[in-house]
Amino acid sequence: MSAPLLELSDVEVEFRTRDGIARVLNRVGFSLSSGSTLGIVGESGCGKSMTALTIMRLVPQPPGRIAGGIIRLDGENLLTATEARMREIRGNEVSMVFQEPMTSLNPVFSVGNQIAETVRLHQGLSKREALDRAVEMLAAVGIPVPERRIAEYPHQLSGGMRQRVMIAIGLACGPRLLIADEPTTALDVTVQAQIFDLLIDLKERTGTSIILITHDMGAIAEMAERVVVMYAGRIVEEGPVEVILGDPLHPYTRGLINCVPHLEERPSPERRPLTEIAGMVPALTALGRGCAFAPRCNHATALCREQAPPLEGGDEHRVACWLHER
Amino acid sequence: MQLTIILGRRLFYAAALIAAVVVLNFLLIRLAPGDPALTIAGEMGGATEEIIEDIRRTYGLDEPLHHQLLVYMKRMLSGDLGDSLFFNTPVMDLILARLGPTVLLVMTAMTLAVTLGSFLGVLAARNPEGLFSNLITVLSLVGYSAPVFWTGIMLLIVFSAMIPLFPLSGMYDVRLGATGLALAVDVLHHLILPAFTLGIIFLAQYSRISRASMLDVLGADYVRTARAKGLSERVVLYKHALRNAVLPVVTLAGLQFGSMLSGAVLVETVYNWPGLGQLAFESILRRDHPTILGILFFASGMVVVANLLTDLTYRIIDPRIRTGRS
Ligand SMILES: Nc1ncnc2c1ncn2[C@@H]1O[C@H](COP(=O)(O)OP(=O)(O)O)[C@@H](O)[C@H]1O
Ligand SMILES: [Mg+2]
Repeated sequence: MSAPLLELSDVEVEFRTRDGIARVLNRVGFSLSSGSTLGIVGESGCGKSMTALTIMRLVPQPPGRIAGGIIRLDGENLLTATEARMREIRGNEVSMVFQEPMTSLNPVFSVGNQIAETVRLHQGLSKREALDRAVEMLAAVGIPVPERRIAEYPHQLSGGMRQRVMIAIGLACGPRLLIADEPTTALDVTVQAQIFDLLIDLKERTGTSIILITHDMGAIAEMAERVVVMYAGRIVEEGPVEVILGDPLHPYTRGLINCVPHLEERPSPERRPLTEIAGMVPALTALGRGCAFAPRCNHATALCREQAPPLEGGDEHRVACWLHER
Repeated sequence: MQLTIILGRRLFYAAALIAAVVVLNFLLIRLAPGDPALTIAGEMGGATEEIIEDIRRTYGLDEPLHHQLLVYMKRMLSGDLGDSLFFNTPVMDLILARLGPTVLLVMTAMTLAVTLGSFLGVLAARNPEGLFSNLITVLSLVGYSAPVFWTGIMLLIVFSAMIPLFPLSGMYDVRLGATGLALAVDVLHHLILPAFTLGIIFLAQYSRISRASMLDVLGADYVRTARAKGLSERVVLYKHALRNAVLPVVTLAGLQFGSMLSGAVLVETVYNWPGLGQLAFESILRRDHPTILGILFFASGMVVVANLLTDLTYRIIDPRIRTGRS
């Protein structure tokens, strides 16, 4: 296997809060090979966005702080790179699409300008060339009459259109990695499907590696090769998509999968009740020594409450659960 | 097309407002206790019966009220504001001679307050808990709460008497007899202290509002997007954030133009600046009613024009208003 495009190991992020230090990312490590798609799933507040922002080195500091670990992009450690080098990387080699299309575009600049700005910055194109590129990019993300649209402002576009523009900005410089952080959560269901279709199409055409953060297990099944499951700032399970969706080991992963109604191949006539995981994600400032999921877990033992399980297993499939300790 | 409608409506409102001021001016004289002819004659001293009769006839005081109003408005429209009781010259001539210095003073003070205030606010917002930020808050408060004449006299004592950097009073040095560029430099030299005195009261409010607005904007999603594009902190702050943060500042500037004009009355008096404010102050002491009313009329006209300009500026900066919601 070739060297991975992106490799995180033991990444730690802390936030100073009123209730003390919150360890928002705890020894997060995974890798992504070139051209592949990695899904990240988990309930809200588990650290998915923070993982993405840490890769971009955009964690708000203060109150946040990247406390340790290594992030390698093609072998280069991003956590020790200079700020100037990071600015070269952002939007150019690694770009990000955010969850909130309604507010992620600047309301006072035309969408054409907002796309052109990136390519002018990173590729030194002239204003004219950059606007031409903007038109191309809008066409590539499926926006009709792009030469007219570039002069429009974000408020003149629908949510789905704005997210397409965000994707166009993200892909304008042909990045090696695109991080899509819940790109469809804020959109209508029909529009969600269109955006995922667009991402699948772009992935096939450009070969960009993608980190896809989403609650949509259907999209994960369709796009991702590997899946990382996060809980309370840790990775609790990681493996190939078929294993994580088909035969997960961690009780939390099972709970997550069961929350999703449309995963069965052939829905049975008698509908199963929609389940959810009882309880809530614990406060990150108040994590004990044990497994963070233990208070909500049906199988928790004394050991689970005493000591956090390590993330173990082969290269293929890893899980952090005492039940599966070999 | 839409713009012409909006502009037409604005101009109509402006005209209506000025007409309302004229009516108010008219009523101020008519409704004052006593014979309006005597009021108009004012402190002319030996107003003979003939003079009173003459005033009655020229002002149409023997006609019914609505007819008088028509006559009055017709005179205003033709630019006849009556004669000054003190100078015995047309009020219009007096005002036109004084208008330039006041516009110069007020616009300079305004520009100073807005640009310096916004700049300080932005600096403060970059580190809201820092020493600099708190210093600005304190200085702003002092500048805001100190009376204008006190600030003016203090600045005069320090920068004119103790350290003779600036002239004591007036708008230019008659003894120099300078013309052209030399005159401009001389006027600028005289302008600095009064403009600063007038600006400093408002500086406080601009720095506070731009600090708050900037803090707000810095947390916006589109600022994060700008960073994720790899833009430098300078471009993020002064292009993406400031363009949005400046909107409340523009609104405030428009609203405050009136207060700025009334502030000019005191500043011009302290610095012996030959403007409308000084004329207003002196005319009040001299009970020169036609002049006072003429200045009132002109001042409201200026406020109306300032509001129109604010509106246009806002439209240029914010495309959401320019293009309307579709
Ligand atoms: N500015 C902040 N201050 C303190 N805690 C924060 C801040 N931003 C995020 N967090 C915490 O970081 C954790 C992870 O957040 P996030 O990565 O946004 O979750 P997700 O994207 O998985 O929903 C959450 O528990 C959240 O409370
Ligand atoms: Mg998130």
